[in-house]
Amino acid sequence: MAEKSYQAGVKEYRKTYWTPDYVPLDTDLLAVFKIVAQAGVPREEAAAAVAAESSTGTWTTVWTDLLTDLDYYKGRAYRIEPVPGDDNAFYAFIAYPIDLFEEGSVVNVLTSLVGNVFGFKAVRSLRLEDIRFPLAYVKTCGGPPNGIQLERDRLNKYGRPLLGCTIKPKLGLSAKNYGRAVYECLRGGLDFTKDDENINSQPFMRWQHRFEFVMEAVHKATSETGERKGHYLNVTAPTPEEMYKRAEFAKSLGAPIIMHDFLTAGFTANTGLANWCRENGMLLHIHRAMHAVLDRNPMHGIHFRVLTKCLRLSGGDHLHSGTVVGKLEGDREATIGWVDLMREPFVPENRARGIFFDQDWGAMPGVMPVASGGIHVWHMPALTAIFGDDACFQFGGGTLGHPWGNAAGAHANRVALEACVEARNQGRPVEREGREILTEAAQHSPELKIAMETWKEIKFEFDVVDKLDTGPMLRVVNA
Amino acid sequence: MSEAVAYKSAERRGETFSYLPPMTQDRLRKNIAYLISQNWNPAIEHTEPEKSMSSFWYLWKLPMFGERSIERILGELEACHRANPGQHVRLIGYDNYAQSQGTAFIVYRASGR
Repeated sequence: MAEKSYQAGVKEYRKTYWTPDYVPLDTDLLAVFKIVAQAGVPREEAAAAVAAESSTGTWTTVWTDLLTDLDYYKGRAYRIEPVPGDDNAFYAFIAYPIDLFEEGSVVNVLTSLVGNVFGFKAVRSLRLEDIRFPLAYVKTCGGPPNGIQLERDRLNKYGRPLLGCTIKPKLGLSAKNYGRAVYECLRGGLDFTKDDENINSQPFMRWQHRFEFVMEAVHKATSETGERKGHYLNVTAPTPEEMYKRAEFAKSLGAPIIMHDFLTAGFTANTGLANWCRENGMLLHIHRAMHAVLDRNPMHGIHFRVLTKCLRLSGGDHLHSGTVVGKLEGDREATIGWVDLMREPFVPENRARGIFFDQDWGAMPGVMPVASGGIHVWHMPALTAIFGDDACFQFGGGTLGHPWGNAAGAHANRVALEACVEARNQGRPVEREGREILTEAAQHSPELKIAMETWKEIKFEFDVVDKLDTGPMLRVVNA
Repeated sequence: MSEAVAYKSAERRGETFSYLPPMTQDRLRKNIAYLISQNWNPAIEHTEPEKSMSSFWYLWKLPMFGERSIERILGELEACHRANPGQHVRLIGYDNYAQSQGTAFIVYRASGR
């Protein structure tokens, strides 16, 4: 045991942390990074450096290394792969022993994996592409407080996607005027309305007043339509104490769902709130402000599929996924990849969707993906085809911008949704026959007819910035 | 821009497909065929309209586990409707993999509320 002797100084990382013969254990946490090394740094050395700096290593040897069994605790770079279509970058696969991480702490995992190492000089850029959380670790996390199945049972929504709308203008409405907009949407046929993410508790509308008027609107629309409805009351707050206070008040008003921004508020706050929701029978909608800062650059940062996995472990019942078809960034196959990660019990490795590892979620409930941002009735056929039933579609401008008002806008979206679902059930190719399906449905719905005329010309056809690394050959096939 | 039109106030709805025109026999058959194709188990529930907000409607007999005949499912829906003329009758597809309902929609709607 005591054969190693202490030698001060700097030694190459690869001597300790590059282990190409290593076979990962089922309990290892696996990560894949996309690395561009500084000029002159060999790939094995850069990969080993990332493994070292994200686990046990530091830049120099220290005598206290010899007081522990570093071979047990160290991260190991065990594989390197080229990145298709990019000669500078490569993928480094790293295995971390499970005991490096505190149980049930996404915070601890991220602090290691995307901590100091991202500022490390030996790499020019670094992107965490995927993490395989071992089932043994998944089992230590609380996960979604309710999950898709319980949400459907609570709200009595079966056999179709859910419909929502973010209330606009995002900022500046008084509490009563805001509640009016909520009521109009819900009585017109939406399941949910939503606080915009930057609505917290500003001078123009303090949170208590918003909660009170909004819940009056929710209860009235529920009793009038005979359908259960909700509004995502945003409890994101400057301190955890304030966040819980708002959550308690929402519960006292009979709210079925509240909302939180998991990245700006942080994983500690989010995990605590998810636990509160589980104990209090409250659904939790998760917004993702700041995600594009982390995930949009294809060479540096954290891929959204990693943030998705972290949120599912931390806890949330809804998570924004992108729309594929609307105004915000999102490649179709990549989006389907992280949508699977939200809601499936087991997701196999699938490079065509950017998924590097099998991911077993065990019995952890699924998260409902939320498609929101620049979508309107004309997108409904594509959304139904891409997302299937277990999703929530949110039309903000696409509801509130209807020439006859929110209720008519909501009604139009609901008719379009049900027409697409029924066409799918009848075996029709919904995306290809979208125009005919909507036109037929509009014959019975003047609200839908005018919505289709209003948004006929709007398209969002910019190419995405963050594409999957498919290389030039596949690009041509896709184009 | 056309002139705004007033929205009908306070209309009672019934979840999935309640914003489409009343269910026809042809559409009903196709929806049942879809339910069967998903390997869901059909079941029928009914209720007085004033109690429709409850999670639990009256269960008609037992779920028709493994039933694959559209005709037999239609027959049970009609029988339930005849026995409970003033009530909502809905068809459910139990999805025992998701431990949930794959679909549920009202087939016979009680008039009024």
